[in-house]
Amino acid sequence: MKRLFPHPGLTWLLIVMWLLVLNELSVGGLLLGVIFGTLVPLFTAPFWPERPSVRYGWPLIAYVLLVIGDIIIANFHVARLILFRRNRDLRSCWLNIPLDLQSAEAITVLAGTISLTPGTVSTDISTDGRHLLVHALDTGDAQAEVARIKSRYERRLLEIFR
Amino acid sequence: MTAILDFIIAALIILGGAFALIGSWGLARLPSLMSRLHGPTKATTLGVGSCLIASMIYFPTHGLSWSAHELLITLFLFITAPIAANMIAKAYIHGRHVSGGRAEVNENPLPPPPHSGAEWATFGVPPSPKPDERAQD
Repeated sequence: MKRLFPHPGLTWLLIVMWLLVLNELSVGGLLLGVIFGTLVPLFTAPFWPERPSVRYGWPLIAYVLLVIGDIIIANFHVARLILFRRNRDLRSCWLNIPLDLQSAEAITVLAGTISLTPGTVSTDISTDGRHLLVHALDTGDAQAEVARIKSRYERRLLEIFR
Repeated sequence: MTAILDFIIAALIILGGAFALIGSWGLARLPSLMSRLHGPTKATTLGVGSCLIASMIYFPTHGLSWSAHELLITLFLFITAPIAANMIAKAYIHGRHVSGGRAEVNENPLPPPPHSGAEWATFGVPPSPKPDERAQD
């Protein structure tokens, strides 16, 4: 079983995506989805040699809902900055976020989250993978912003990836 | 019932259009490249998102078939937007590094590397490649 389905999460994702692309629930579509879900993980296995174990469960769902909520808030926040803040009053700065996360996948998710949420875009990572370079559009207190990102997103990701 | 749904659909489309407009306005007026990057990655995601939700409500309520493609468009947009922003940002700090660290007007200097052993990944190479990666080189 483990040899036939080395990555159950990817298998399920491929089946669901395939059915969404087809936009109908049929036996033929489901069968082809299962075939893709079996073959693709088998052939792509060399690309993820040391995959972190992801816990699919309530923390992951809570994290996705939190990020979607933050994206909506971020949109209104950035829209207000664009419309009503004069350029010389924008306090944009670079943030240097020390990382507790170890795996490349978890850091990628964190960087993507940072780019999608309030006033921050992740720019670069340090060569040793221990620090993240982030640009903030408007921050009064850089240290507080770093602490907010660490407690709001990174702490939750540490629970999901382990 | 249809009238209420029509109001919701119209409101979502107007909201989406407004956010797309604000995002583009931000692209035009913000002072530096890094701050201009904030417009397209955020204001536009909600702009496209609410148009897609409006489309998801409109088609089933007007006797046409339900479609899941809007969900996929949203998903792919959320995956690709941060990557595109990251590539532009990396190209920007690389270009600034090549031109001798000359900062754009209104832009802050880059923070120093985290510590002496490490560099920002755009400028340096990872310290010790893993054995199997070295073998391929």
